[in-house]
Amino acid sequence: MVTRRRFLTATAGMATVAAAPMIACRRESGTPLPPGTLAGSDAALGHRLREGGIPEPAETRRTPVLIVGGGIGGLSAAWQLQRAGLPDFILLELEAAPGGNARWGENAVSAYPLGAHYLPLPTAEATDVRALLADLGALKGDPQAARPEYDETWLCHAPHERVYLDGFWEEGLLPKLGASRGERAEFARFHDAMAEFKVARDLFGRRAFALPVVASSRDARWRALDGITMADWLIGHDYRSPRLHAYVDYACRDDYGTDYRQTSAWAGIHYFACRNGEAANAASDTVLTAPEGNGWIVRRLAARMESQIRYGAAVFRLAQDRAGVSADVWLEAERRSVRYRAEQLIWAAPLFLLPKLATGLPPAVAAVCAAGTYAPWLVANLTLREPPAPGAGAPLAWDNVLFDAPGLGYVMATHQQLRLAPGPTVMTYYRALADRPPAEARQLLLDTSREAWAAAILDELSRAHRELPQLTARLDVYRHGHAMIRPLPGVVGDEARAALARGWGRVRFAHADLSGLSLFEEANYRGVAAARAALTALGRA
Amino acid sequence: MAEAVAAPTAAGRQLPLLISIFLVAACGLAYELIAGALASYLLGDSVTQFSTVIGAYLFAMGIGSWLSRHVRRDLIGTFVRIEIAVGALGGFTAAALFLAFAAHAGPFRILLYAAVLVVGVLVGLEIPLVMRILRREVAFSDLVARVLSFDYLGALAVSLLFPLLLAPHLGLVRSGLLFGLVNALVALWGLHIFRLELAGRRLLQGAAFAAVALLGAGFAGAGHLTTLAEGWLYADDIIHAETTPYQRIVVTRWRDDIRLFLNQNLQFSSTDEYRYHEALVHPGLATLPGARRVLVLGGGDGLAVREILKYPQIEAVTLVDLDPAMTGLFSRAPLLRQLNGDALHSPKLTVVNADAGRWLEENSEYYDFIVADFPDPTAYAIGKLYSTAFYRLVDKHLAAHGRLVVQTTSPFYARRSFWTVAATLEAAGLRTAAYHALVPSFGEWGFILAGHDDYAPPMRYEVPLRFLTAAMTPALFQFPADMARIDMEPNRLNDQSLVRTFEQEWRHVQHQ
Ligand SMILES: Cc1cc2nc3c(=O)[nH]c(=O)nc-3n(C[C@H](O)[C@H](O)[C@H](O)COP(=O)(O)OP(=O)(O)OC[C@H]3O[C@@H](n4cnc5c(N)ncnc54)[C@H](O)[C@@H]3O)c2cc1C
Repeated sequence: MVTRRRFLTATAGMATVAAAPMIACRRESGTPLPPGTLAGSDAALGHRLREGGIPEPAETRRTPVLIVGGGIGGLSAAWQLQRAGLPDFILLELEAAPGGNARWGENAVSAYPLGAHYLPLPTAEATDVRALLADLGALKGDPQAARPEYDETWLCHAPHERVYLDGFWEEGLLPKLGASRGERAEFARFHDAMAEFKVARDLFGRRAFALPVVASSRDARWRALDGITMADWLIGHDYRSPRLHAYVDYACRDDYGTDYRQTSAWAGIHYFACRNGEAANAASDTVLTAPEGNGWIVRRLAARMESQIRYGAAVFRLAQDRAGVSADVWLEAERRSVRYRAEQLIWAAPLFLLPKLATGLPPAVAAVCAAGTYAPWLVANLTLREPPAPGAGAPLAWDNVLFDAPGLGYVMATHQQLRLAPGPTVMTYYRALADRPPAEARQLLLDTSREAWAAAILDELSRAHRELPQLTARLDVYRHGHAMIRPLPGVVGDEARAALARGWGRVRFAHADLSGLSLFEEANYRGVAAARAALTALGRA
Repeated sequence: MAEAVAAPTAAGRQLPLLISIFLVAACGLAYELIAGALASYLLGDSVTQFSTVIGAYLFAMGIGSWLSRHVRRDLIGTFVRIEIAVGALGGFTAAALFLAFAAHAGPFRILLYAAVLVVGVLVGLEIPLVMRILRREVAFSDLVARVLSFDYLGALAVSLLFPLLLAPHLGLVRSGLLFGLVNALVALWGLHIFRLELAGRRLLQGAAFAAVALLGAGFAGAGHLTTLAEGWLYADDIIHAETTPYQRIVVTRWRDDIRLFLNQNLQFSSTDEYRYHEALVHPGLATLPGARRVLVLGGGDGLAVREILKYPQIEAVTLVDLDPAMTGLFSRAPLLRQLNGDALHSPKLTVVNADAGRWLEENSEYYDFIVADFPDPTAYAIGKLYSTAFYRLVDKHLAAHGRLVVQTTSPFYARRSFWTVAATLEAAGLRTAAYHALVPSFGEWGFILAGHDDYAPPMRYEVPLRFLTAAMTPALFQFPADMARIDMEPNRLNDQSLVRTFEQEWRHVQHQ
């Protein structure tokens, strides 16, 4: 017998989808679009690189270690060099500011993220992340303690997250109101399965799903999961609940910018099973965050090496010989090219660029680099005259997700403030363009005007906040064309990709791409490992 | 003659039945949403309200559909009776609960869940019954699909209408009555369609008309109902009411008793506020003969400032209150100025209308005595002002031997909350001395002194007081067994345990 409950639940998802066009119609006549800018990873410079016509280097400069890329990977490598007592390096960064995917922006109201926005409490294996946090003063006492104490400034304030469905907000990310008993049973079963994966270890004591990924077990039991997609895994394990499917898809889009029908099941499960960090003064699911997202870490790291960073520095050629490695760089500030000669080079820019720039790259390496596919992302910052009305149900949280929406929801930049009164704020909206092949999605990303994005974003968020178009003073859009590598089946477990950790001659690779998962912990691990390898090669380890 | 008014054919009834499924489904979901929204509106912004109401409702619907199997005869009559009952009960639920809440009539939660369960059971009975009525007319597989899609459409319609149109424009009470009307009309319609097959039709018809009339009258008079309820909420004459960007300020007066309510919470009653404010200020300030500079956070009514200004050696008092409407009101209205002894006009006083957290971050002065007189931690935003991070920030403004006093809710009604604040102050590196005083209009109330030195109660009070004596003060620091200290985790911003604890404790009190 079909029960009423089932009807109610089935309707729930539909209602929100149907609501969107209704509101879209209403808007057309309504409020004019707020002003704002359209920015992104420097497309002009990128084009220039691809099209050639860059002048040949006019001068050669020398440095023992050259780092290319000032994202988390490159900055972590530089941090490790400084820690090891080798402050003599140069870091080249394409953009005018550091951070890469962890960049941030700032206006009169608040700092806000342009990309990565949080770091979960580090796992036991993420020893370098812990050491880094201790160095930055965010972790107190022994960094490798089971439950270290964290500085409250960075611990995300309660309430952390809420999800919107059918007019109501609920705590958490999986809406349970109106879910049938059968669906709830599935939620519980899924939760238990992930909890089991979380503690699963192999005979050597390695966790099935560790972070960084290299610390994970190589046991075929779990590695086999990299052969199928997350959606197939769910279906294979008899998970039918549309809500659960939507929730898992949300997780894959949120962490990997990839639809769960394409994400490897190993990666999908990794999202739920890898985080086991604990704190003396916070619950284990707490995250570290700041108004500028992970930019708070970038800001501090970059400040320690400001004189060694060259911004607007686009490496367009890479070559090595017996004596050393050279990188040809266009320096925007000097409006000319120079050649850097180094003994060791740390490549902390995305891997897909390498085959285009590096001469003499071994075919096997080139093949792995070219094999990666990248998800495009869109980040929009809405500067609001005042926070939106909280709506019915759970109060405004740091992370606010509209279930079943094309976007991934929004975070509130001013959430960490000790404020009682509502005041102007910045809302950061995220969207992974995961609904079509990456190349097509990237084209859409580049071809769509700011106004069109602004209208779409306001429509989407207005479902939960009707007054949002009136509250928004400006709406700035930031595009990440090649935001993150997509962990399709076979990517994370690819032996050829793993082999890149050995480097190529004098070149060390230090990008999250090496892991096949774009996470802070991966970028940090790769950066530190590359710096260690470079130090060893220099006889400085 | 009978042939002339023949009943519609079996096929002809199918569509009306399906339409009634649509309507019935819409109403069923509406009652669920209304009860949930009403509970979270009246009982606070917690998601627990919503989850428990929906859970209870779904559970009751389950019982309903199970019960439907026991309906053996007179399917149609039963269906009509149920529709009338759902219409009347479901329709008036929101109105009745609202009035009951305002009138403090009985344990509100029990009424709420009773209503939810009764309506839920009735709604749970509906669809299986219609299904069985229809089954007599169509093939089963076809039937399931149709019922499914109509039920589905009904729920879809409401889930769109409710948040977008009904709740914002009609309000919960009127929306409820509207859906009640729909149910009652479905009953009438059913009576019409099956007019030839029903025994006792007259009686049912009478009942259905009565329900329609009642619900209609209720709908028309809903405005009065709401006013009535507000009147009950404030038993006395309202002499000032104002909604500011931060809160709703209401001042009432009955004979000599002036009361201030912020967001419906009593802040003071002029008959005994001196007890509260003497207890807040003097046990701390009387031990600081060298104090010159005092900071008051919150307390825009100027009553704490009045007590502080009794000490001639105090040179400067800074009052930081968020709401200019509060400090404005208490420095203008003659009755209120009389109450605070015109403290807000003192030349020693500087009034700052700012957010306490921001102001503390942006200023660097030190104070000998700091009073934190904030509203109770009823929401996450206020909870921040009772956190380890906030007390660390306050500590940065405390002079070498200075002291902080925190108004800390009731150690009797909210014992765990009270001791959570003590644990929080200690986690922020302060030494605490907790005490309590009886303020009749509040009950047993709590305060905590915090600083870096040990505390000893004053040997005497040099200023005129109506409540405190030096002899009784040490006893205030003794806690009887039912308020004695319990071990609590400090309130940290990353979990805000205090807000949840406080909510549980006061809810328990309100609905005892
Ligand atoms: C929108 C978004 C949100 C995210 N949110 C999170 C999150 O919350 N938590 C999390 O852990 N991860 C998040 N991520 C993943 C994020 O990618 C990683 O956390 C991490 O920042 C990756 O760092 P990386 O150093 O490996 O790569 P990148 O950040 O890609 O760094 C590469 C750097 O190289 C530079 N570069 C490229 N080409 C050249 C060249 N030719 N010459 C010189 N320099 C060059 C780039 O400008 C860039 O600065 C998010 C990613 C995106 C896009």
